[in-house]
Amino acid sequence: MTGTSDLSSPPVIVLDNLVKFFGRFAAIRGISASFAPGRLYVVLGDNGAGKSTLLRMVAGLMEPSQGNFTLLGTRDHREVAHRVGYMGHAPLLYDELSGMENLRYFAGLYGLDDDAVCRKAMQMVGLDPELSRRIGQYSQGMRQRLSLARAMFHDPDLILLDEPFSNVDVHSAREMAAVLGRVRDKGKTVFVVTHQAALMEGVADEFVHMAAGQIVAREEAVRNAAIPNAEWTPR
Amino acid sequence: MTTIGVTRTTLLKDLRMEWRSKDAINSMLFFALLVVVIFSFAFNPTAEESRRIAGGLIWVAFLFAAVVALNQTWARELRNQVLDAYRVSPAPPNALFLAKAIGNFFFVVVLEALMAPLFVVFYDLRSVGPVWQLIVVALLGTWALVVNGTFFAALSIRTRSREIMLPLILFPISIPALLAMVDATTSILTGEASPDFWIKMLAVYDVVFTAVCLLLFESVLNAE
Amino acid sequence: MKNLFIAFVVFTLALLAFSTYQALFVAPTEQTMGEVQRIFYYHVPSAWTAGVCFFVNFLASVAYLWKRNLASDGVAAASAEVGVTFCTIVLITGPIWARPVWGIWWTWDARLTTTLVLWLIYVSYLVLRRFSAGGQTQVLAAALAIFGFVDVPIVYMSIRWFRTQHPSPVMGGGENSGLDPAMLHAFFWNLAAFTCVGIVLMVVRYRLQMLEEKVEATHAAAALQGGSR
Repeated sequence: MTGTSDLSSPPVIVLDNLVKFFGRFAAIRGISASFAPGRLYVVLGDNGAGKSTLLRMVAGLMEPSQGNFTLLGTRDHREVAHRVGYMGHAPLLYDELSGMENLRYFAGLYGLDDDAVCRKAMQMVGLDPELSRRIGQYSQGMRQRLSLARAMFHDPDLILLDEPFSNVDVHSAREMAAVLGRVRDKGKTVFVVTHQAALMEGVADEFVHMAAGQIVAREEAVRNAAIPNAEWTPR
Repeated sequence: MTTIGVTRTTLLKDLRMEWRSKDAINSMLFFALLVVVIFSFAFNPTAEESRRIAGGLIWVAFLFAAVVALNQTWARELRNQVLDAYRVSPAPPNALFLAKAIGNFFFVVVLEALMAPLFVVFYDLRSVGPVWQLIVVALLGTWALVVNGTFFAALSIRTRSREIMLPLILFPISIPALLAMVDATTSILTGEASPDFWIKMLAVYDVVFTAVCLLLFESVLNAE
Repeated sequence: MKNLFIAFVVFTLALLAFSTYQALFVAPTEQTMGEVQRIFYYHVPSAWTAGVCFFVNFLASVAYLWKRNLASDGVAAASAEVGVTFCTIVLITGPIWARPVWGIWWTWDARLTTTLVLWLIYVSYLVLRRFSAGGQTQVLAAALAIFGFVDVPIVYMSIRWFRTQHPSPVMGGGENSGLDPAMLHAFFWNLAAFTCVGIVLMVVRYRLQMLEEKVEATHAAAALQGGSR
């Protein structure tokens, strides 16, 4: 089942003249755009183009200086916080805890006290739930995968990922991209900020190009007929 | 996602992490020990004198040690920017504050319990007044330091040179609480006066500032 | 608006001149304390003005947290700075007065100590403003201001109790011991004058703050328009 992006359904995000200043520097310079659900967007651009800032604002971590936006049909962003998943540039995990301990804690924050949810999330990114090692001793790639699991364990409708492939080997990155493709096929909306556009080719629905705090171009991507069903090697 | 539920899981998570690293408690203990030893050299008191000055010494030592622990609390949340994971979740902000404050309270009370025998040894302390009153003063006073300290530590992580910032803003506000703790402790140790007024005042201070903290924490957490 | 303010400044200067004349030449010399008692005409009005400033600071901080508008924050910043200035005057004139009269520079009495703690709290407030970055300053400062203001009555109560337990030096001839009507007269003129000076300084400081915000906004608008970064 290849999810056909339904352009007639209401958009997941509507940005209305969004502006963000850091002192005198305008990181986001008046973005108005709308994004349809069930699609995988890849946000591209140079350093300082405003990609991460835009993502942080949509995730509710930062207040816009001017303008506003509608998220999943509401302006009250706290109300839909449980339907959004966010993966930051940093891992957003506790080094002193094991993988499952980390996920269990964050699941508690979402009112999910079911161990099965965490196990499923670990397996989805190809990590062994029985792994008792602390995150501090994980390799970069494993940490990024767990980070992805943390952003998605609560089955969010909107997934925001900031540089998920940084410091990840090509093999793992392709596997992660495939996971994102499958999630999109289930009707979720995914935003991926990355430098490595090549990794997302064939999986992405749309490339969004940013420069100097604005969206400069949006181009429809060519999708592969089938997403490679990657074999995870649990480690 | 009830406040109590999230407070409990966050508190348990913090205690588990502290149990594994022991960063806060070790540095706090060693710091307090240093202060006790240095004061002991500096004043070299007799048993009678030490009763009069111990209230001040004990609480100054604990105050400085508490600042070490308070800075640690949020440092842990800033590593890997884990705080962002809490902020994007639907969990209530005050649950995070309560968990941190209770955790710090626990650490500082443990420190006090461990350091109390040392004071007895180094300063040859014996209380004239009832010891249970000392415990009440210690618990109320520790909460007074820790509740504002946790709040101000959260406030100072958003500033430059954050480690310095915490004592600069915490100490002036804490002056009445410190005065109450010191004077009540001295009153009990010497048995010369009743600590009742101070105990009541500490209780009022605790209630008032806990309320102010809970009222303002969300604004400070999301100030970005 | 601008003319009104200039008129008010002129009025304040005239009032200040008149009240100074009243304090230094019209008011009779106090019998036991002598000329040094005249410091009273500056000491107490400064304390009053500082109190007014800190109260304004509290109101503005609450308003900021509620409305999130830059004007409230501007008032808060201005009132805190002016308040600390007047509070400093109180802390300097106090010992100068106390030394010849009580024979000591300082005593830990309730009013003195509360003033000192107040000064410490609001200096820490100014330090926080200086040390926090960009858009966060306002929220953090407003939060601290509320803590500071709530603390004041607790400080006063605790120090009063502390004093009743520990004997303090006997202070003869406090300012309320049979004040001559002419003294009272001079005192009220000074109270009015200092309050007006406080208001003028706050307005000036507030306008400076707003001007700074405007400069920032202009730069920001420029950054938004052109490609400058």
